[in-house]
Amino acid sequence: MRPLHPVSPGLRTVLGISFFVLFIAFWAWITLGGHVNRIFLADPLSMLRDGWRLLVEDRFWLDILITIWRVFGGFVMASVVAVPIGIAMGAWKPVEAFLEPFVSFARYLPASAFIPLLILWAGIGELEKLLVIFVGSVFQIILIVAVKVGSTRRDLVEAAYTLGSTNNGIVKRVIMPANAPEIAETLRLVLGWAWTYVIVAELIGSSSGIGYMIINSQSRLATGQIIFGIIVIGLIGLLSDFAFKALNRLLFPWSLA
Amino acid sequence: MSKLLIEGVSRTFAGVRGGLPVKALMPIDLAVAANDFITILGPSGCGKSTLLRIVAGLEAPSEGRVLLDGKAVTRPGPDRGMVFQSYTLFPWLTVAENIAFGLRERGMAPKELDDIVASYVDLVGLKGFENHWPKQLSGGMQQRTAIARALANDPEILLLDEPFGALDNQTRGLMQELLLGIWERRKKTVLFVTHDIEEAIFMASRVIVMTARPGSIKSDVAIDLPHPRHYTLKTSPEFSALKARLTEDIRVEAMRTAQARPAEA
Repeated sequence: MRPLHPVSPGLRTVLGISFFVLFIAFWAWITLGGHVNRIFLADPLSMLRDGWRLLVEDRFWLDILITIWRVFGGFVMASVVAVPIGIAMGAWKPVEAFLEPFVSFARYLPASAFIPLLILWAGIGELEKLLVIFVGSVFQIILIVAVKVGSTRRDLVEAAYTLGSTNNGIVKRVIMPANAPEIAETLRLVLGWAWTYVIVAELIGSSSGIGYMIINSQSRLATGQIIFGIIVIGLIGLLSDFAFKALNRLLFPWSLA
Repeated sequence: MSKLLIEGVSRTFAGVRGGLPVKALMPIDLAVAANDFITILGPSGCGKSTLLRIVAGLEAPSEGRVLLDGKAVTRPGPDRGMVFQSYTLFPWLTVAENIAFGLRERGMAPKELDDIVASYVDLVGLKGFENHWPKQLSGGMQQRTAIARALANDPEILLLDEPFGALDNQTRGLMQELLLGIWERRKKTVLFVTHDIEEAIFMASRVIVMTARPGSIKSDVAIDLPHPRHYTLKTSPEFSALKARLTEDIRVEAMRTAQARPAEA
């Protein structure tokens, strides 16, 4: 095969789908063929059956909705706080010097380890779930946004100065629009991570949500339900990713033109 | 009174990693009359762009000062429009919005602004491309927009830093005619940096030749070729004579640069 040679769109789709087919076929072969113990791994058919029963009888869609709400709630809170701080750090070097060391440190604090503390502070209600996602996302967004903003093209800034821009004008009408697509891309990336945090938050001290269903199923050895829950998360993640990409294309046509 | 006065401007860059400081520009004195088209010609690395950036206020001189209409330059401002060698259109703005940028920063009313923008779109021949993004334009069209953007602000002086350096030869020739045509009609004080001898002669009413680094003024040649200039001028005997003279000047400097390189490294 020639390196870096592009693949046709049709072949790309076929290859992409065929891996899913292979994966599911392998899963069906080891489970239905009796190569693994059914207690530990459900086969694809019983997974679908369990999933259907969850949705119809156990009102699992309510859990799905509550989890989606938590992810977006926590994510929006983190974005509203982090994006302005990140822009300020990238634009004004003293602000960066002041905050960067702390944020870099805080970024490595595992959000999941905060759960016991957050439960003490905020109880086991919705606020605690939102805070886990907030803590997990906010420092990441701040740092990535600050780096992107800090690498704004200097020649564009200089051009704006020679056209009469003030310092504030540079930030508002050069630095912010120049980095808007990259910031949106950063948010899309971090939203993916937020899905991990929400499940962890729901595994501990929770009575609803996809994560709660999963931990609940574990005690009943309902591996079909667990796998169904995991797949649902993957599908929602994929959908929100598509939606985010479409929104970015709509908002920033100039970056793709 | 001169429009622009450069008085004893020099520039020294601090040494890198404990090295000796590097002198980029020897003290330079230059007086530019109003509505003059001055080209600054020099070998690469002679500090001609540094000089232009100091006039723009994007860099500070180590010594000396720059006066525009008698006022000292301390920072960049809309009275000195600049066109860069790299493509510096704002990619998130359309052609029309790019041209309007300086006027918007000034807070001009939209009604008045639209008329000015339309007239400059027309001037650089970009009618029909007002709503294109910069990415959709060729290099020549981007630089035409950049020229319109700088001119729309009605600066006291227009500074151009090898604006056609990245363009192919044919486009470059057309751009020279376009810019010269605008200057012949509208009269503006222009400082144009280039390393292309033909370009320097064709555009200028006065060519300043710079020496190799550290840059200083080697010669100051008045170009008395008649206006309006047509591209066929480039093959005339007068033009060839000027070209021969400047080629000799520049060649000596280029050779000095080439010989200096190993010693610097």
